[in-house]
Amino acid sequence: MRWPWRTGNTGDAIARVIAVSLGLSVLVLAGLLIYELIDKSWQSISEFGLGFITGTTWDPVAREFGAAPAIYGTLVSSLIALVLAVPVSLGAAIFLSEIAPPWLRNPFSFLVEMLAALPSVVLGLWGIYVLIPWVRDFVEKSTLGHLSFIPLFSGPPFGLGMLAAGLILSIMVLPIITAISRDVMLAVPTSQREAMLALGATKWEVISGAVLPYCRSGLVGAVILGLGRALGETMAVTMVIGRGYNITASLFRPASTAASTVASEFNEASYGLYISALVELALILLVITLFVNIFARLLVWRIARSPGVIRE
Amino acid sequence: MTVDSRHQLEAAIMGYEMRIEHEPQAPVSEAEALAAGMVVRELNAWYGSCQALREVNLLVAPKRITAVIGPSGCGKSTLIRCLNRMHEVVPEARASGQVLLRGEDMYATGVDPVVVRRRVGMVFQKPNPFPTMSVFDNVAAGLRLNGFLVRRSRTVETVEESLRQAALWDEVKDKLNRPATELSGGQQQRLCIARALAVEPEVVLMDEPCSALDPVATLKIEDLMRELAKEYTIVIVTHNMQQAARVSDYTAVMMMAEDCAGEMVEFGNTREIFTKPKEKRTEDYITGRFG
Amino acid sequence: MSISTYQRRRTTNSLMLSLCAVSAFLAVGVLVLILGFVLAEGISSLNIDLFTKMPVPEGEPGGGVANSIVGSLITIGLAAVIGIPIGIGAGIFLSEYAGHRLGDVIRFTADVLTGVPSIVIGIFVYGLVVLRMGNFSALAAGIALAIIMLPIMARSSEEMLRLVPHSQREAALALGISRWRTILSVVIPVAQRGLVTGALLAVARAAGETAPLLFTALGNRFLSLSVTGGPIDALPLRIYRYATGPYSEQQQQAWAASFVLVLTVFVISLTARLLLRRR
Repeated sequence: MRWPWRTGNTGDAIARVIAVSLGLSVLVLAGLLIYELIDKSWQSISEFGLGFITGTTWDPVAREFGAAPAIYGTLVSSLIALVLAVPVSLGAAIFLSEIAPPWLRNPFSFLVEMLAALPSVVLGLWGIYVLIPWVRDFVEKSTLGHLSFIPLFSGPPFGLGMLAAGLILSIMVLPIITAISRDVMLAVPTSQREAMLALGATKWEVISGAVLPYCRSGLVGAVILGLGRALGETMAVTMVIGRGYNITASLFRPASTAASTVASEFNEASYGLYISALVELALILLVITLFVNIFARLLVWRIARSPGVIRE
Repeated sequence: MTVDSRHQLEAAIMGYEMRIEHEPQAPVSEAEALAAGMVVRELNAWYGSCQALREVNLLVAPKRITAVIGPSGCGKSTLIRCLNRMHEVVPEARASGQVLLRGEDMYATGVDPVVVRRRVGMVFQKPNPFPTMSVFDNVAAGLRLNGFLVRRSRTVETVEESLRQAALWDEVKDKLNRPATELSGGQQQRLCIARALAVEPEVVLMDEPCSALDPVATLKIEDLMRELAKEYTIVIVTHNMQQAARVSDYTAVMMMAEDCAGEMVEFGNTREIFTKPKEKRTEDYITGRFG
Repeated sequence: MSISTYQRRRTTNSLMLSLCAVSAFLAVGVLVLILGFVLAEGISSLNIDLFTKMPVPEGEPGGGVANSIVGSLITIGLAAVIGIPIGIGAGIFLSEYAGHRLGDVIRFTADVLTGVPSIVIGIFVYGLVVLRMGNFSALAAGIALAIIMLPIMARSSEEMLRLVPHSQREAALALGISRWRTILSVVIPVAQRGLVTGALLAVARAAGETAPLLFTALGNRFLSLSVTGGPIDALPLRIYRYATGPYSEQQQQAWAASFVLVLTVFVISLTARLLLRRR
């Protein structure tokens, strides 16, 4: 509501100053964040320049830091997560929005959202003691292991590694993609569904012909928001990905992401350049997630969602 | 004073003209309706526990326009939505009774609503073209449902034919690939009509098709309806009595009972309904004393 | 349309709808699976010692996570005290004062901020607070968590305040009540349930965060009650430490601690949702 700016009342004047500064605090925070990260990574930036992004060696002893494997790991693990999560999420969202009877919709949606509330470290704990053994025994040793002539499935069957990381990330992005997709689908006007139905369409034809095309940009936004979440995820990934620092096609090898590298090594970093390199890694991660999130927001911007529903 | 003259006096006072254009028709014969039109027998419909229609009976003459009129809330839309089994799409909605299309009961067990809806098409109150599709794709939408692969040339022919029948071809023939949302309201409604015609229904239902349109567009669609009636059986719901009088051959009057259930009061020739109604409730409604 | 086409359409329909149902059950099934494990493993190791004793040197049996629980309470308390008022204040600004353009910019920034990885926030606060203070502290951890809570609080508060009908504000204005008083005594009380819900959800989110604590609280085997004096432990940190260690006694305690953490987060989230629904 637009009130008149000046009311001639000192209480109002003070209140306005307070409100404005609290509102601007958001912008100040964003600015400070970027400034601080650039400042603390400057040493590494000036030392390595663009070579930091392309370098493949991470050797604190030799004072050589290259981020390429970490960035590669971040992107690949997130990609795997999306490949696994998007079909399931979309299917679940379609079920919740179009198929489930109303009495089933709320409890199911609630359960999916509860999955989002699981702390990352607990998921990581489950990952270490349940997921990794399963990946090792069921996937790497038996099924996919037989396909080890394909580079994708070669490598030692330890369980931990890129595949496990991708799996656990898919579990983490599933709720957010499902919830946003479901909201987006529910917002499709009934008249569109009725128009398709009146032509003699089956329920699936209504969904694929009228509902999904109508909200496709929102769906893409949901997936990209999920991607943003996957890129920044730290604890669960760190706990199951191992500590391999390499660029390889193998899904079974231990790997690293930007977040996992920072999380594992920051408290061990003993000298300035090391710390600075890690901060630069964090900065790169920030830039990537910012791009992805801004792009997604521009797509999902207008879709109404209730506040605080989903953990992002 | 007969209803006829009193009505014309009131019309003159209120400044509108009620023209009843059709020659007196023979009343609808049940045999005719059974053979080629629609017959509704003892139709009841509920939304949850609230009854919306009670023991509705209706004969819909083939290749004629039947209008369903009545005050708001009397169940007109519910009735028409039962004719193509759209009513049951709403959660907790159900219906019982018989709706016969060419003698076959659409509500018999084992009948797939998907097939019913193809044979009985519908045009809605507010034009609802698919916004992500072009004009051409909108009309072809019903032809392209899963697995219903038609040769491209056949599709093009059908689309053009439907657009001509909907009196829209000349206006959009250069714009077939433009998004459907670029058309005006009246054009969009005619597009929806073309879309419904493309799947070659036997009956076309229209739920207040002009209520969202301006008067000029409305008249265009009324003219279109009379053209279409040469080939299709048409049932139209309207809250506008003048429209019913202008356009329809037969009129059905519905009223809401005390418990909110809709009842069919009477149906018959439009001319007779408006000038010599048999039921007092009809007379009250038409002369504006009620509703 | 031929019979076979019709049959094909019906088969496709049944197939695809079933696939969607399977996906939904899969999604829920995963949750049940994980929760089940945490429950099963956690409950079996749950005992009163967990809440009352301090950690023992790793590898030895016994001990508890009392210091972690206390540490979590302190850091989350600090985060709430810092983050909730500023968040609600920003929400008030967005809802009651902001012009169109500035409001949109701030809203967009807040939304984007919610997507910043929490580890980056941890590094940020490390540079901003820990380096300047010279030591790890509960305060630094609280600030980090508050930064995570801030954009969430701002957006959810704004939306809750917007739900208050304009007629209420106008009625107060017509009575000659000043604007700030209107906000305080009319708008906020009407929206209070929603504001509390938003705060609870933000707290639940902060309670489960680990990454930002790694470089701000650091962790501490001993009990610390100091806000600025030195490293402090927290439940997620302890779980991380025990889970990644080789000792089975500690691994069991990690499960038990996880159970406590998950239960807490779920209870807070559930309370928030029930509050929201009962409106």
